Amino acid sequence: MRSTDITKVTSHISHNEALIFERSQTGRIGYRLPPLDVDETAIDEIVPKKFQRDDDLEGLPEVSEVDVIRHFTRMSTWNYSIDLGMYPLGSCTMKYNSRLNEKVARIPGFANLHPLADEKEAQGALQIIYELQHHLAEITGLPGVSLQPAAGAHGEMTGVMIIRAYIDARDGEGASANRRTMLIPDSAHGTNPASAHLSGFSVKTIRSTAEGLTDLAHLREICSHGDVAGLMLTNPNTLGLFERNIQEICQIVHDAGGLVYMDGANMNALVGVARPGDMGVDVIHLNLHKTFSTPHGGGGPGCGPCCSTAELEPFLPVPRIVKSESDVSPGGGATFRVDFNYPQSIGRVKAFFGNYGMMLRALAYIQTHGNDGLREATEAAVLNSRYIAHELASDYEKPFDAPSMHEVVFTDKRQSRKGVHTLDIAKRLIDYGFHPMTIYFPLIVQGAMLIEPTESVGHQELDQFVAAMRAIAREAVDDPELVLNAPHSTRIGRLDEAAAARKPVLRWKPKQAASAG
Amino acid sequence: MANVPENLHYSKDHEWVRVEGDIAVVGITDYAQNSLGDVVYVELPKVGEEFAANESFGSVESVKAVSEVFSPVSGTVAEVNEVLNDEPEKVNGDSYGEGWMIKVRMSNSGEVDSLLTAAEYEDFTKAETE
Repeated sequence: MRSTDITKVTSHISHNEALIFERSQTGRIGYRLPPLDVDETAIDEIVPKKFQRDDDLEGLPEVSEVDVIRHFTRMSTWNYSIDLGMYPLGSCTMKYNSRLNEKVARIPGFANLHPLADEKEAQGALQIIYELQHHLAEITGLPGVSLQPAAGAHGEMTGVMIIRAYIDARDGEGASANRRTMLIPDSAHGTNPASAHLSGFSVKTIRSTAEGLTDLAHLREICSHGDVAGLMLTNPNTLGLFERNIQEICQIVHDAGGLVYMDGANMNALVGVARPGDMGVDVIHLNLHKTFSTPHGGGGPGCGPCCSTAELEPFLPVPRIVKSESDVSPGGGATFRVDFNYPQSIGRVKAFFGNYGMMLRALAYIQTHGNDGLREATEAAVLNSRYIAHELASDYEKPFDAPSMHEVVFTDKRQSRKGVHTLDIAKRLIDYGFHPMTIYFPLIVQGAMLIEPTESVGHQELDQFVAAMRAIAREAVDDPELVLNAPHSTRIGRLDEAAAARKPVLRWKPKQAASAG
Repeated sequence: MANVPENLHYSKDHEWVRVEGDIAVVGITDYAQNSLGDVVYVELPKVGEEFAANESFGSVESVKAVSEVFSPVSGTVAEVNEVLNDEPEKVNGDSYGEGWMIKVRMSNSGEVDSLLTAAEYEDFTKAETE
């Protein structure tokens, strides 16, 4: 029997899955209740008539337990995840997360500890926070650390609020009101201007040079206006280029009375090699869910700690976890305290202590790597990116000559002559079994494809990725239609993204089903 | 090649201006809509709001990105194109016609002279794509 002769059942692995509503069969239920052994109470006595629904749950699917389990289990196997293969989303650092970190996060003593547990009963948990703070301070070269922020943009905003509080204290409320401009390069993540705006700053954009770096002349000019509170800079920037003038940039901003906030989204290119604190940065956020191998995507939870200079430390969120110099634990070790006594603090930014599970994973990641291991991971991340940059340079336009750091940007310039654009290349990559790269970001690069392999990809898989990208470049010339209509190997082909955004269908309704039928 | 009508004025931010007496009709160029891709949402100001030249008056969201749009001239908003609320795709389909965004009652009609001509704008976009 040839495979084409087979009549597949609807639940075959290659088939699209019917909606749970479409699986509904009248009268099917997933439970059976035991006979009532008490007197029945009339519903009207418990729930007033006006709160009772009279539609008999019309439209809700009538399915058995096994229907539900199979439906969701089938769909769960469609996910592409970091555990399945390379995930080269630029600016996202989709590195593999070791199972060891998961095991540590599940240790019952940590996982089941109540966040309101007494200080005395939570010494181990507090020690974890303290030690992670210590490691992050060493990695960034910035001694003040708060682990409260729940994710990257939250860390950004916390950093900007700290800058604002510092300037208010330094200049006095009256004078600081004239210092409400935040500078942001045009290559920045979109969350930067949002964080600045929410914190009461107006944003001025700094241009990038033809080389893809911050334009120093433009920076100097805007800094001369006297109203600059700070600069928000990503380094390496979102073009994957190291801002080699970083010390001079910090100097210019400092001379103008401003502070430098660094977006730590791209720290995977620096950990163990270079420290933002040594470059002149005043405050940075880190993404533990990127750089420090805690789970990423799917809505979190994330962790976006803020690290600052000693000068800004009094403004960090409270409570802070401190080591008690005077108290000694019964075992003779140090004790740890939850300290609220920082009058200049911007206050609390997250309930309790932040997303604690992320901290355990990050500490496990740091300790299992050690100093040399962290440095090696960084070197491998940069090497992998440069390998891709080199191998694809003859097939795709690389807009900047400077060597890439942990991620590399290409454009669709050559392919677009044949009508094939970045979106088409990304869709075709799915047919080759890869998750697409980041597309159309950074905004300043037309048709951008931002590729970040991370250190957790081996030589063999890098070569497979390169081979796929080269094959697509050939297809774009020889058979553009093939690329324009991709993907071809998925359950669902090219989706109409514009229609999905303009006329979104967000939930199933019985009427729609009836009219569609 | 992008369409650049002769009778309009252009900004380096890719807006066009059509002068009708003391009113400036403002939209984004064919080149801009093509670079943005399918437009899915247009955020426009309210009638009566005032803008200085080169100030952002709203934003255009496409499947690729959200971009600010800037008023090439100073003045007060006299009318906005409400049609774009329901049919943002007009910006793609007819960027110089039904895809117009706002009408500005100009406070300084001389500002129009400092904008680019069609020929200058065409050269400008060529330089940008090279």
